[in-house]
Amino acid sequence: MNALHLNGIGHAFLGRTVLDRITLDIGDGELVALVGPSGCGKSTLLHIAAGLLEPRQGHIIRTYERHAVVFQEPRLLPWATARKNIGVALPERLSARDRDDRILAAAAAVALEVEDLDKYPVQLSGGMKQRTAIARALASEADFLFFDEPFTALDPALRRHMQDIVIRHVGSGKRGGLFITHDMVEAVRIAHRVVVLDRRGKGISGKRHIAPMPGERDERMIFETVQHFMKEDPLFRHVEELLERRPG
Amino acid sequence: MPSLVERVSRTAQFLWSGWSGLAGLSVFAAFWQVAHEAYGSFILPSPLETLAAAKALLGEASAWQLLLTTSSRALSGFALAGVIGTVSGCIAGFHPAILRLVQPQITLMLGVPPIAWIVLLMIWFGTGSATVTTTAAVACLPIVFLGAAEGIASRDRLLDDMALSLGMGRVRRFFHITVPQMLNRLLPILVMALGTAFKAAVMAELLANAGGIGEALAVSRSNLDVANALAWILLSVSALLGVEYGLIQPTRSELEVWRHAARPWGVKR
Repeated sequence: MNALHLNGIGHAFLGRTVLDRITLDIGDGELVALVGPSGCGKSTLLHIAAGLLEPRQGHIIRTYERHAVVFQEPRLLPWATARKNIGVALPERLSARDRDDRILAAAAAVALEVEDLDKYPVQLSGGMKQRTAIARALASEADFLFFDEPFTALDPALRRHMQDIVIRHVGSGKRGGLFITHDMVEAVRIAHRVVVLDRRGKGISGKRHIAPMPGERDERMIFETVQHFMKEDPLFRHVEELLERRPG
Repeated sequence: MPSLVERVSRTAQFLWSGWSGLAGLSVFAAFWQVAHEAYGSFILPSPLETLAAAKALLGEASAWQLLLTTSSRALSGFALAGVIGTVSGCIAGFHPAILRLVQPQITLMLGVPPIAWIVLLMIWFGTGSATVTTTAAVACLPIVFLGAAEGIASRDRLLDDMALSLGMGRVRRFFHITVPQMLNRLLPILVMALGTAFKAAVMAELLANAGGIGEALAVSRSNLDVANALAWILLSVSALLGVEYGLIQPTRSELEVWRHAARPWGVKR
């Protein structure tokens, strides 16, 4: 049973094709990392999958109930406290008590302290803002999460901490997810499966399963896998290329 | 909701900031006094004389009646413009084509001198409350409209995407995501519009002989009673300040607690 099925997705901006014939399946409770060189259309694909963009071709089948997106920027409401930001997408029918319970549970899941919940986004550090954004996605009862390079702006130690949060709450049979990144270490740490997007957006180049479950992998294994992918595996040859603006 | 303690501390801070306002006003009064000493009481009565005149006026019930008349006219004009301007501004903000069509009309409206509006409205509505209220509304409608339209048009689309991605419906997105952003832009403009409404109302009263502070000013003028005229000006400014600090600013600070939190320590005090 697939949670998300993308079939033959194609998209163009102002006549310039950015995505063509992309077919991708993500299983229930599976976390897939999508990698590819900068500018190959990863974010566009995520926006299409999350329903923020209408694709020109192809169709999407979603069997999960709700999804949420964690963006590259935290995208918090500056006029609301962290508590209200986390609760922004909660269903309105909830009682005040249920609401509060959900918010506290989501905050605890991302290790946000209770006293930080009444602060405004300007008073929070970069890591706390991004944690609030993840808590908001978790609180929304989503059973599928999209991540659009969410930890790019964070320093390495903080990034690892955030990846652990993702490993704990996404994948492992709880929620499925699609995680976009251009950091191979990140992809290998958190995902069940790494999928490589073609560098010109023309289909999926290939995929690699990673054997132990995320969370059971040690740093050494991750390091060696990444080295193997980058040095010996032809699939990953173009992943670290920079092709922001290419002709055609 | 902020706790009671926070609220009390915010109110206390607000009252404390009144000292700096008072200091600024004292500087103004000092210059006024210098000018008074240079030109004499007939041209420019001293601040104390003016205060005494204002105090004498406030002793009469009829003066309160006049103040109330002008304030209620200015406020209803302001409210009218506020509602019409905000609603139409929101619509235009969402539809760039409408905004483009309306923009020249706004320029046109801003270009027509207020005095011309008063003449027209006097012909249409006679010399009563309706003329004064409508003048006040017409004077502040364009800026309220532009404020609301720009507030909507310049909203953060990234937040819209965020809300959409969390499955928030259209109505919920509007009230939770877009309206706060619009108010952010609109509130300072509403403060300005309120001042404009008061000024326009007094002017319309004076020209249309429609009672209120405007007419009292006209009477002072015909008696060459400068102290009385200044006293009326003082009272109308106080009425405006009363409405602004009693109504608009508390609403604003309620909605903009987050802005207060963002301010560096030195600016807060």
